[in-house]
Amino acid sequence: MARWTDWLERKAGAIFLWPAVLLMLALAIFPLLASIYLSFSRIQFRAGTVSFNFVGWANYKRLLLGTEQTHFLGIGKTLTPLGWILLAGLVGLLLWWVVRHLQRKGSLRGLAYRLGVSALLIFLLWTLLSRLAGQPGTVQTTLVYVLFGTVMQYLLGLGLALLCAQRLPGIRFFRVIYLLPLAITPVGVAYMFRMLTDTGRGPLNPLWQALGLTNFSWVNEPWGARLAVMIGDVWQWTPFMFIVLLAAVQSLPQEQIEAAVVDGASRIQTFIYIVFPYLIPVSASLLLIRLIEAFKIVDLPNVLTNGGPGTATESMTLQAFFAWRTLDLGGAAAIAFLLLILVSLIATIYANVVVARARGD
Amino acid sequence: MRQDSPFAPSPLSKVLSYLALLVWAVVVLFPIYWLVVTSLKEPIDVFEGPKYLPFVDFTPSSHAWKYVFGPLGSSIFNAYRNTLVVALASSLLTLILGTMAAYGLTRFTYRPRVGIILSFVACILLGVLLVALGLPWKLALIIVLVLFFLVTQTLGKRSRRSLGNSDIAFWMISNRILPPVVVVIPLYVLYQQLGLLDTPTALIITYTATNLPIAVWLMRDYFTGIPQELEECAQIDGASRFRIFASIVLPLAMPGIIATFLLVLVFAWNEYLVALFLSKANAQTMPLMVSAMSGTRGTEWWYMSVVILIMILPVIFLAILLERYIQRGLLVGAVKG
Repeated sequence: MARWTDWLERKAGAIFLWPAVLLMLALAIFPLLASIYLSFSRIQFRAGTVSFNFVGWANYKRLLLGTEQTHFLGIGKTLTPLGWILLAGLVGLLLWWVVRHLQRKGSLRGLAYRLGVSALLIFLLWTLLSRLAGQPGTVQTTLVYVLFGTVMQYLLGLGLALLCAQRLPGIRFFRVIYLLPLAITPVGVAYMFRMLTDTGRGPLNPLWQALGLTNFSWVNEPWGARLAVMIGDVWQWTPFMFIVLLAAVQSLPQEQIEAAVVDGASRIQTFIYIVFPYLIPVSASLLLIRLIEAFKIVDLPNVLTNGGPGTATESMTLQAFFAWRTLDLGGAAAIAFLLLILVSLIATIYANVVVARARGD
Repeated sequence: MRQDSPFAPSPLSKVLSYLALLVWAVVVLFPIYWLVVTSLKEPIDVFEGPKYLPFVDFTPSSHAWKYVFGPLGSSIFNAYRNTLVVALASSLLTLILGTMAAYGLTRFTYRPRVGIILSFVACILLGVLLVALGLPWKLALIIVLVLFFLVTQTLGKRSRRSLGNSDIAFWMISNRILPPVVVVIPLYVLYQQLGLLDTPTALIITYTATNLPIAVWLMRDYFTGIPQELEECAQIDGASRFRIFASIVLPLAMPGIIATFLLVLVFAWNEYLVALFLSKANAQTMPLMVSAMSGTRGTEWWYMSVVILIMILPVIFLAILLERYIQRGLLVGAVKG
């Protein structure tokens, strides 16, 4: 008996971790391998049978260099003045990051890593800004959704969590209400927003009439359509940020805040010096999770605008979905793997630079 | 209780708080109100332009509710039961496995060796090659497993380089990057081979595996926030790791556990694409019913509104039930005591 419990105690670490890892491995490996193969193949129907012919890099070439290039990567133009300012800002920030590393006499490997990261980030921002000045492809549209959505949802979620952490009568009503958007299936949210954004029959019709916009369908305007998609996304996913941040605020050590208030700290000071630092680790993980999820946005643009006008609201996943619907499984898989590479790069940088620092490991 | 303490909000900030809370409540509730109104409209009331108030702007009709609970009744009931079973089972499983893994990742140090990981990948590639050469997959699996065991016992142990906990966590979350569109077909083949197509089991396994990373990442942060002194005391008193986990750590992390549970529950509750592929008549879930209301006859907004509304109900119920556990104060008392 004692030996048995001793063994359990010694293996405790493994027993805690392995079940989850095994289940994830079991379900991850085969689909991953199969879809890698798909991305190098083209489906063919012959006499009632389906076969996948190996076509090498053809699917990738089509997206990056061939017929699908403008659809996927957009068409660039010279940057607007604002674009130049933003780019210069990023370059300055990264330069400071590299110079600080040099001043501290950091390792050569660290320097190479920082230079690589800088080059990648500058390249990404440049493609984004130049395509926004010209014609965005699905990559840039997705980036816009991700950046705008994640930031807005985080700020709104944080604000609401702080509001709801107060001891106010009736606060429980608001807490429950705020979770409602999560309870609606994403497809349902998309259809609901199609009702709401209808300028003729939707509930906002009097507003459009007052503005003299009745004949104008704002979903035919590229930025109007993108805005509609982003509003739907923010509506749906703010509660995700809200509930996690609320739970974190609620488990905040109360004595520290009370001590600070007794010492005469203002609410803003308390927030900056006590509450926010406590929330940094959770926020870092939360933003990473939302970032990864936001890249997969598909239902809203699909139902709301069908990717249009043109391809203005089409996200990468929607492009993959359209390809997949026309049975171009290889093309869909190729888009998915390019997405995987892009998100992995961004997520790795984010995890190394932000999450590791925020969690202090 | 603490209303008279110096930290009670001032009247002005109270008013502002309520104002802000109300604004967002309207933003959240208005679209849902529109669903309720739409569910009470005849088709003509939907198409004639916006009508806001039942009895004032239009005569409410229960035709949509009668249709969904009448002719559609049996398939809705079946889908509803499936969704409940799948969502509850998978979110409980996710929570159990996820909190355990997250606790492991915050309290133990893991050193997965690079050599072993590489030999694992190599064995998988070999397995793929064997299957491509025409070997039955069961035989290939056995060969690969034996080989993997041999390699790890000999070669794998020689490499010293190892990864850390944060690498494991990152690997987990990276499993969510690939969009489901490309994974559903391989998953279909996988469950076909296992004979699990069109069963709730297939959905439960899939949802558990896909939601685990989120549970692990969220719980990891809540566990980090819990001071370790308490656990060390218990350890000195001779409590086992599992005892400490179950009777000290879990109760302290309750707000986080509840929040995580609600999240993984709604993810499983709402999942659409995987359910579309892995289920036919038997294991259909509610999200499929929602999109089924937009078919050959155009989108039937009134029916769709009803289906969405009855999907929201249990989640509201759970949220009301569980919200009280996302409360402050648990930790404070524990550390003082």
